[in-house]
Amino acid sequence: MSLVKIFSKGLWKENAVFKLLLGMCPTLAVTTSAENGLGMGLATTFVLLCSNITVALLRKLIPAKVRIPAFIILIATFVTIVQLCMEAWVYGLYQALGIFIPLIVVNCLILGRAEAFASKHPIIDSAVDGLGMGLGFTLALFILGAVREILGAGQLLGFSLFGTVYQPMLLMILPPGAFISLGLLLAMMNKFEHR
Amino acid sequence: MFKDMARLLITLTIIAASAGFLLSMVESATREPIKEQRRLQMIKALSAVLPEFDNAPDTDTVSLQNGVNKKGEPVQVTVYRARKGGELVGTAFKVIAPEGYSGNIEVMVGLRTDEQVNAIEILTHAETPGLGSKIAESWFKDMFKGKGLDNADWRVKKDGGEFDQISGATISPRAVVGAVKKGLEFFRKHKTEILAEGGKS
Repeated sequence: MSLVKIFSKGLWKENAVFKLLLGMCPTLAVTTSAENGLGMGLATTFVLLCSNITVALLRKLIPAKVRIPAFIILIATFVTIVQLCMEAWVYGLYQALGIFIPLIVVNCLILGRAEAFASKHPIIDSAVDGLGMGLGFTLALFILGAVREILGAGQLLGFSLFGTVYQPMLLMILPPGAFISLGLLLAMMNKFEHR
Repeated sequence: MFKDMARLLITLTIIAASAGFLLSMVESATREPIKEQRRLQMIKALSAVLPEFDNAPDTDTVSLQNGVNKKGEPVQVTVYRARKGGELVGTAFKVIAPEGYSGNIEVMVGLRTDEQVNAIEILTHAETPGLGSKIAESWFKDMFKGKGLDNADWRVKKDGGEFDQISGATISPRAVVGAVKKGLEFFRKHKTEILAEGGKS
């Protein structure tokens, strides 16, 4: 498989959120605004990239029997690094994402890519796979966050779009709105693709 | 068999140890910036609630014990004191509203020397976005300005008081109003200790 293919499959054909429905906990929980979605997506991408590279690097050294605990230790380490760095240098985002950062550890997308791809492929391929999958995840979270923010708050990235004319649909920012928007988005995509 | 086990153990030990080493490096690199961020955050909150000052309120503090928590441990309250030209102009301290709709609401309360609220600031909360989260908006926080124990009825309007609730979310404002009131009572009770010169910092 060419590198371009490996990269682009994560963006669309095997998009973690829209196609594989992986990592639903952060997807549904943090996408109350486009900015939160973007921040969470980029943090996840960083962890995914690092974990894919190290897993690929160590894939011949880690015995199959203990691979899962080994992967989890690696992932947890990178997540903690992200958390500390965010708190030190991007405090605003740290406050917004708060409790969801530690949850990146249990995002099954990351363990899934370590297990399904990085443990069987060389470093470069794994890095590209992690980047593509991560950016696809970021894209999905950004779209979902943008839809919910536009409908639920009448703004995008904090800028008011409609002035006072628009009465925001509060429901869309609340937890049920996450399920509703994701469901409708998926339905639209399926319709569009099967035509 | 034994050799297999040994290999598993050694691999996992090495991975865990290197992870620990890496983390300790990152921790020591970020320790100072994180401390600085928290301090900046504290100063920002203090400047928002205190009258104009020219000292460093985050170092001019008094620590007081205020009751016990659910586990029976004493609760420490740190009171920050703002001065201008050496004269005390206001005090600020953190109150916690445990009866929020979801989790604790932390409020920084700034008082003038006449025991009336100068301003309040919501530090952390996890109230429903769009409903209870409106407690962090300025129209809500501004209602507290100039209110003291003797000139205000510390209840939300729904309960017969004078503070506007938020339509669709009465619990969050009620929690904040209650917490600020408790803060004022705490201040009155400990006034002499708080105003005493040169408290321990």
